[in-house]
Amino acid sequence: MAHPNNPPPFEEWTPDLIRQQVEALKGMPGAMLPILHAVQDRFGYIPEAAVPIIAESLRQTRAEVHGIISFYHHFRTHPTGTHVVHVCRAEACQAMGGRQLEAHIKARLGIDYHQTSRDNEFTVEPVYCLGNCACAPSIRVGDAIHGRMTADKFDRLADQLTTTTLELK
Amino acid sequence: MMPTTVYVPCDTTALAMGADQVATLMAREAADRNLDINIVRNGSRGLAWLEPMVEVDTPDGRVAYGPVEPDTVAGLADAGLFEGLSSHPLALGRTDDIPYLKKQQRLTFSRIGITAPLSLDDYRAHQGFSGLAKALKRSPQAIVDEVKSSGLRGRGGAAFPTGIKWQTVHDEPAGQKYVVCNADEGDSGTFADRLVMECDPFMLIEGMTIAGLAVGATQGYVYLRSEYPVAHRIFKAALERAYDAGYLGDNILGSGQRFDLEVRLAAGAYICGEETALLDSLEGKRGMVRAKPPLPAIKGLFGQPTVVNNVLSLAAIPFILDQGGKAYANYGVGRSRGTLALQLAGNIKRGGLVELAFGITLRALMEDFGGGTHSGRPLKAVQVGGPLGAYLPESQWDSPMDYEAFAAFGGVVGHGGVVMFDDTVDMGEQARFAMEFCTVESCGKCTPCRIGAVRGVEVIDRIRAGDNREANLELLTELCETMVDGSLCAMGGMTPFPVQSVMKHFPDDLGA
Repeated sequence: MAHPNNPPPFEEWTPDLIRQQVEALKGMPGAMLPILHAVQDRFGYIPEAAVPIIAESLRQTRAEVHGIISFYHHFRTHPTGTHVVHVCRAEACQAMGGRQLEAHIKARLGIDYHQTSRDNEFTVEPVYCLGNCACAPSIRVGDAIHGRMTADKFDRLADQLTTTTLELK
Repeated sequence: MMPTTVYVPCDTTALAMGADQVATLMAREAADRNLDINIVRNGSRGLAWLEPMVEVDTPDGRVAYGPVEPDTVAGLADAGLFEGLSSHPLALGRTDDIPYLKKQQRLTFSRIGITAPLSLDDYRAHQGFSGLAKALKRSPQAIVDEVKSSGLRGRGGAAFPTGIKWQTVHDEPAGQKYVVCNADEGDSGTFADRLVMECDPFMLIEGMTIAGLAVGATQGYVYLRSEYPVAHRIFKAALERAYDAGYLGDNILGSGQRFDLEVRLAAGAYICGEETALLDSLEGKRGMVRAKPPLPAIKGLFGQPTVVNNVLSLAAIPFILDQGGKAYANYGVGRSRGTLALQLAGNIKRGGLVELAFGITLRALMEDFGGGTHSGRPLKAVQVGGPLGAYLPESQWDSPMDYEAFAAFGGVVGHGGVVMFDDTVDMGEQARFAMEFCTVESCGKCTPCRIGAVRGVEVIDRIRAGDNREANLELLTELCETMVDGSLCAMGGMTPFPVQSVMKHFPDDLGA
């Protein structure tokens, strides 16, 4: 199993693959969110080209589909860096130095929220609570939550994530 | 010889503190010593500051060690962890004797950490599914009556009597009805829903199935926030096992009754924790708040009668059906019956889950259980009930935790989150954040919330900059009143609570 820090790489999308994905799920009641999740989980983001395909399949307008995608913070319409770092901005983390951590992470990676680092390694997103509030501050990298995060711990983690391990046989 | 059982928890907090690595190292240390051990990935006991908290089975019961960081494993093994010895500084003695745990009244959370979350055998060995077995022998009305007699009120925050909500759905004409579980636990400082889904998922499945039987609903949905990947993974696996074992599906335990259950992932919108926005989102739309009436109990999901309950409300149901509503109502005070899952968080020495009958004071909770601040500095403010809850100054810490006592001074118990701040906090910054959060998360349907929050940030910025302070404070006061009175739902209607509490109790931080 891939470590949750390092999810498997995404597939390249094609209109046919997107159509396939939409067709597989469109029969569910309230299929919109499951479809958007499936597309993003598979291709890493929801390409513009998916909008008319989803609209046609669910008998909605493109504007409606676009409105739904843009309403939810989780959905993105552009590819991300290799690692998506979600930094918790909520109160329990604030009480434990979350604001300083936030500033450190942005400075270390040289980017602001919703941006991707130039080497394409990291995208930083804000998140409002990861539910790890008794061991704050917290960040999420891929599907892994990290608690009691500090500037030092983050630097070590970032180094680890950008270092390729070569296995010698 | 029987292998020794070693428990390494698998909930989000334990994992966030390195539990997977600890489990790997435990196995390695035992192998190096030629010891035969069986590692069980149990749920968390909810003693978050001790995570990862490793337990070892001994003839005397389980003994605990924590917090076990990966680099302490070898030392613990040297000091006799696998024999259950207590010579290491991280040894905590018998788990059941840990005061934080011993002083609690765990009705809903009686199994967490004791069982492996996905073990049906463990669940059944600890009263699991006995509530469902009893419900299957009773009429829908008798189930509703049992819930009414418990006095259970919605644990999501609104505290509406659960039995009355169920009665309304029960009384609607037969047809497609739904049970929807609100697992969009977005309040900072809360993680009890997560613990239910990660540590005792069958309890939620059982509670929802009973709700379905009571109101005549054959389909349930759990609306789970996407910020909880671990809960999603564990709960999905639990659903599969429940189906395979006949606890879900078209013939529950051979009774001929049907209930299907599915988990749906949210997409990072705080407003979808509001029940009507949640329903819109489940239907595949933007999560916009609906005007009430009609109530979801009458016209809910896809326009059909729908029970919408919080995870904790539904999780309380198996106990109520098994032990009786009276047994549940024996706990608590006044109109706040049963137990409340309190979640201690933020700047706190001993954060975690505390389940107690209503009525403990905030101070006792923060000091006796919490042990004061993590930083060791004086406690300055505490926010109870999530981002829409007031910041409480010391003069309000002696109030008992129950719905009415809190409402009396303008506080909210909400979902039971308690977030502590030490004296380095700038309350002006916290007031600003309350408004900023609302600008990010407002659904945009009503003007006081959508525009008010933006103006709120601007006015607070001017006040903090000392720009025309008196006039701007007056403006902020009026803006808060407009938002409270004119917003469609609690998002805009309660965002002013933390702001007003800062103006009233911490004026120095607004440049007074």
